[in-house]
Amino acid sequence: MPDDSSNVQDRFRQGDLDAFEALFREHQRSVYGWILRIVRDHAAAEDLTVETFWRIHRAHARFEPARPFEPWARRIATRAALDWLRARRPEVELTAEAVADLPSPPAANPGVAAEIRLKTAQAFARLPPRLRIAAVLSVVEEQPHKEIAAALGISVTAVKLRVFRALRLLRKDLESQGITP
Amino acid sequence: MNAHTEQRINDDRIKQLLQQALPPADPAAEPNRDLWPAILRRLDAHPAAAAPSLLRQNWFDWALLAGLILFAASFPATIPLFLYYL
Repeated sequence: MPDDSSNVQDRFRQGDLDAFEALFREHQRSVYGWILRIVRDHAAAEDLTVETFWRIHRAHARFEPARPFEPWARRIATRAALDWLRARRPEVELTAEAVADLPSPPAANPGVAAEIRLKTAQAFARLPPRLRIAAVLSVVEEQPHKEIAAALGISVTAVKLRVFRALRLLRKDLESQGITP
Repeated sequence: MNAHTEQRINDDRIKQLLQQALPPADPAAEPNRDLWPAILRRLDAHPAAAAPSLLRQNWFDWALLAGLILFAASFPATIPLFLYYL
C-alpha cells in the first residue's frame, strides 16, 4: 500500500517515533542481513543494526519521503559497518577455530584445505576495509554491482575496480605465504 | 595461453578460494533478540543529533588563536604592532 508507506515515511521525516518504529519493524531484518553479510558476526551485526537505526533516526530530517527507505537505510548501514571494520584490528578477527567452524565443501585433504581456508580468510581480513566490503559483497555474497555501488555511494566502475584490487592484493598476500592460487 | 586468459584464471581461482574460506551468510538470518528496546535506550541516551563540540566546530579559529599566542609569546615586541592593527 504505497499511500500508507508514504504516510509513514512522511511522519518519520517529521520525527514521529511511532512511524520510526513502523519503519524499523519493516526493515530491520533486511538491514541486519545486509550488515551480517559485511561483518560476518551475528553479535556485531545486531549491535550495528541498533547503531544504524540510531543514525537513521538522527538523520530523519534529511530523509526524502519521495524516495524509497530501504536503499537509504542500507547506505547508512554500510557506513556503520565500514566504521566497525576500520575500528577493528584485522589480526583479532579470524582464528583457526572460527574458520574451522565455518561450513565448507568436502576436500581431498581436509587438513591442507583447512589451512588454506584459514590463510585465505586471514589474508582477506588484512585487506583495507573499503576493498573488503566490495569484495565480500561481490565475490562471496554475489550481490549485483549496482546494489553494492548504491550502498557504498560510489559508481559501478569504482566497485569493479575495488574488487579487482582486492583480488590482486589477496593473491599477492597468499603468494607471499607460499600459497599459489 | 595469453596473459589476459591466465589473469582471468588466476582471478577465478582466488574467487573460489575466497568463497571456500568465507561461505555466504544465511539470507534468512534474523537478530536473536528484539532490537527495539536497545534502540529506545540509545535514543534516550542521545536524544538529538550529537552537537559537535565547540572545539571541533571552530577548530580553525582555535588553531589560529593558539598560533597568534605562540607567536606573541615568542616575539613580545610585536604585541604593540598587533594591537595597533586591531
